[in-house]
Amino acid sequence: MLAEIGYGILVVAFFVALYSVGAAIYGDRKKSAAIVESARRAMLLLWPLITLSAACLIYLLVTNHFEVSFVYEVTSRSMPTYLKITAWWGGQAGSLVFWSWLMSAFASLVTLRKWDRDREFLPWVIVVTSITTAFFIGLAVFYENPFAFMWFDKAGQVVKAMFQPIGTTPVPLPADGNGLNPLLRHPGMIIHPPMLYLGFVSFVIPYAFAMAALITGRTDDRWIRITRRWTLVAWLFLSAGLVLGSRWAYDVLGWGGFWGWDPVEIAALMPWLTGTAFLHSVMIQEKRGMLKHWNMILIILTYALVIFGTFLTRSGVLSSVHAFAQSAIGPAFFAFIGITFITSIALVIYRWPELRGETEMKSMLSREALFLLNNLLFMSILVVCFWGVIFPLISELVTGQKITVGPPFYLRATGPLFAGLMFLMGIAPLSAWGHSTLTTLGRALWKSAVAALVITVILFFTYTKNAIALTGFFLIAFVLLVTLVEFWRATLARMKSQNENFLLALWTLVGRNRRRYGGYVIHVSMMLMAIGILGINVFQIDTQQSLSQGQSISIGDYTLTFNDLKQFPNMVNGQEERYVNRAEISLSENGKFLTVLYPRYDVYPDGQPMTIPGLYSTLKGDVYVILVNWEGSSANLAPFKVFINPLINWLWIGSILFIFGILIAAWPEREAELVTARSQRAHQTSAAD
Amino acid sequence: MEFKLSNKNLRITFFVLLAIALAFFIASQIYRPALAQNPTPTDDEVNRIAHQLYCPVCENTPLDVCPTEACRQWRDLIRQQLSQGWTEDQIKQYFIDQYGVRVVGEPPATGLNWLIYVLPPLIILAGAFILFRALRAWTKSSKASAATGSEIEAPKDEYVARLEEELKKRK
Amino acid sequence: MNEIKETAPRRGVPIWAQIIVWTLLVALLVLVAVGLNRAQQGQVQKGDKINQLTLTLFSGYEYNGANQVKLSDLSGKVVVVNFWASWCKPCEQEAADLEKAWELYKGDGKVVFIGVDYVDTEPEARAYLKKFGITFSNGPDLGTKISQMFRIKGVPETYFIDQNGVLQYVQIGPFTSVADIQSIIDPLLK
Repeated sequence: MLAEIGYGILVVAFFVALYSVGAAIYGDRKKSAAIVESARRAMLLLWPLITLSAACLIYLLVTNHFEVSFVYEVTSRSMPTYLKITAWWGGQAGSLVFWSWLMSAFASLVTLRKWDRDREFLPWVIVVTSITTAFFIGLAVFYENPFAFMWFDKAGQVVKAMFQPIGTTPVPLPADGNGLNPLLRHPGMIIHPPMLYLGFVSFVIPYAFAMAALITGRTDDRWIRITRRWTLVAWLFLSAGLVLGSRWAYDVLGWGGFWGWDPVEIAALMPWLTGTAFLHSVMIQEKRGMLKHWNMILIILTYALVIFGTFLTRSGVLSSVHAFAQSAIGPAFFAFIGITFITSIALVIYRWPELRGETEMKSMLSREALFLLNNLLFMSILVVCFWGVIFPLISELVTGQKITVGPPFYLRATGPLFAGLMFLMGIAPLSAWGHSTLTTLGRALWKSAVAALVITVILFFTYTKNAIALTGFFLIAFVLLVTLVEFWRATLARMKSQNENFLLALWTLVGRNRRRYGGYVIHVSMMLMAIGILGINVFQIDTQQSLSQGQSISIGDYTLTFNDLKQFPNMVNGQEERYVNRAEISLSENGKFLTVLYPRYDVYPDGQPMTIPGLYSTLKGDVYVILVNWEGSSANLAPFKVFINPLINWLWIGSILFIFGILIAAWPEREAELVTARSQRAHQTSAAD
Repeated sequence: MEFKLSNKNLRITFFVLLAIALAFFIASQIYRPALAQNPTPTDDEVNRIAHQLYCPVCENTPLDVCPTEACRQWRDLIRQQLSQGWTEDQIKQYFIDQYGVRVVGEPPATGLNWLIYVLPPLIILAGAFILFRALRAWTKSSKASAATGSEIEAPKDEYVARLEEELKKRK
Repeated sequence: MNEIKETAPRRGVPIWAQIIVWTLLVALLVLVAVGLNRAQQGQVQKGDKINQLTLTLFSGYEYNGANQVKLSDLSGKVVVVNFWASWCKPCEQEAADLEKAWELYKGDGKVVFIGVDYVDTEPEARAYLKKFGITFSNGPDLGTKISQMFRIKGVPETYFIDQNGVLQYVQIGPFTSVADIQSIIDPLLK
């Protein structure tokens, strides 16, 4: 019964969303505030409706209603309750509802803001967000219904449908469900999809405002000012989603790395690339009134890549370890993509003449020029990624030959581009808006550059002779020094002018100029992450050996001795939840005992294995050992694979600092004590909200 | 017919023997790896090659860390080939011949596949060119307008200016 | 302060740029549409004509002494194409049944069984064939060309092609009995 109710509510929500689209367009054409208001209220109704429907679904999930096909597929009796709840987004059908739910929440939030000065945007923001929401609800309603029951057709095949199709018999209630894929039971995997979806969904908001600006012809930078914080929030979630996904891969996939350049990973990275470029280039428009075309293109591209990436991973077009099972939503998704791409491009072309810039570039070294260079590099990485993902498709269609585009291609192609971005991160913050010369820039930078060079030379003699690593370390040191010196100088100024102590000065400095210093914190965090990425890519070593009890592996400075292997079933509620193979390994460094590691290889009843590494983490790096059980292991002889991943933890440290940096930048700003770097024009259009 | 050890026959025999010896020598030079049996390749030697291969059963997962039975067989085959003295290139080529170019992470730059290496740099260069031209056009036109008298004060980064001022003041 | 300045007259997007943008967009959409179509199609469908199929055979598993078998040479016969692999557990369930079925039909030469070994290594494949005493023609799917042509989703899958080269039945997953296989082949022989 509850399933029917949940489905019914979802259907109602779909029509409410359609109504709000129709009413918003009609109200705008008739210039009727009342009808637009009605559209707005309809849109506000969406979130409560979807919440109700989702509540039904969660209830079914938690209470083992295995007659519902989705519940049967993603839960089982042995799963703890919190996992049953998170199974909501563990499968295609449920995750579509989850998407719609998040989307409606964000759309509601944005429609609740004060619209006094932006009345003309309102109907079109409603149109874009409601269409997107309606689309995702529609997919759940018509193609992937999470509430559908299972029926046997005449041939004995199981069909999924809400109501009994003619000529079928109900499937008897299964005793237990299939259960969530064990790989998805990791904490990282529980939070990773919501983060990613939140990022995707919140990028729809700036896109909606951009579309509204194009449609209404109000093409000044108002839409950018309104959505600035939304963009940062979107970026925060997307970044957090990517990081959590990486951590998950590192912890449970057992291949010693965190990023495999898999098409699905790249599909999530691509909107991040354009989003990051957008965050930078909107600053130019805000401060200098330039690049209006470009910002429009970037936000459209970001939205398009969000939708396109979701499509690629869910339609079965790309084959990948992460991809959802093939499903029927492909054609509908394709139609949606076609319509949004074509409409967006047509609108930009139509409004092109009105988007001309207001000021001119003064110098090739001005900050805006360097930001443009930054954009070029981000776009270049995007081109490489996009082409790498899409080319196998072309190859298969043209020559019938399947090909794999793997990590070596991406690493080689994007490595220099990332290095270029790092270099820009070093010099751009010190170049002035409008005008910079080589001399002024040189004067500001040479000390940091020399210091970074000294560090690099020291590293050359003490740590590594690898050219790529040294280049990387030079850039990292350079950017860190430049950025930290900026912090230092500004804090010093504050200490002197306000007679504050160092910490207070730093605190108020950052607090009063959140965007600038939040940005710098993000740059610092990027450099920390770069240390980790460089470490694992350049210095990773590994070995695989089969050990008898008491034998050891020596790798780098470490010795790993195989003590014991225990094999036992793990019981939950009297049922075998998984079969555990757990090895015990003592780790020592240069003969000094460090710790005992327990690499595991768990096999779930459905045969799905999970490789959990034994990890010894320090700032110097990780010792990552896996039980290579697929080669067969016993208490007497077990194969182990050991990775030494130098410096990898800087990646995670950097990630935390990174999120902290975005929070600083996105936190609502109060009145500024020092004049913030807004141009006069910005003041005329008044402060941003 | 009786074989007479005549002068002529001797000479022929000598040359034939020489040719055979030479052939053996050359063959042993070419196939030296084949003769130098490597009795038990280590896991690391196997993995070094396996790491560069992708089995079609588990797409996009390198062979050295793929837990499926199919991949285990592939690794066994690599081990066998190594113990027979095959070189890395020979092994990779064998897998390409057997299972198609999809087994390597970087498609060989032949036929249509060279597009994958050529197109991104071309697009990036085109992008760089467009950016450079736009920048030059902008700076030029601003210089031109400066020359005609409508001098525009370089907009100072007010925040930085203020910061510098304060730093100077308090020194 | 910055003066708003119009250095150029308001211009739209040049027509050539528009053409390029639209062409690229259409190309992308077409590409994705074709890819999607392929992904949605699933396996080759009943009623499809199977044109070319050339399989190089393992020695010891030749077809009438030839180390290659071509579908075009088999017209007038019912062809059973079975995809399998030695690492595939479900394949083992049906292996013996397939061989028994082959024994039933091999006498009058109206039915040909062909085993296509999908992503497998030769030593393991041979061990498998020996273990189940398989005698019908078998060969490796070189370059995964044949499996791509049939768009198989996994192993085992079995395709029944009639005397005119038209696909008549697709079996996904293993057979459960010899009678299972017979019930598909016999109607085709009428």
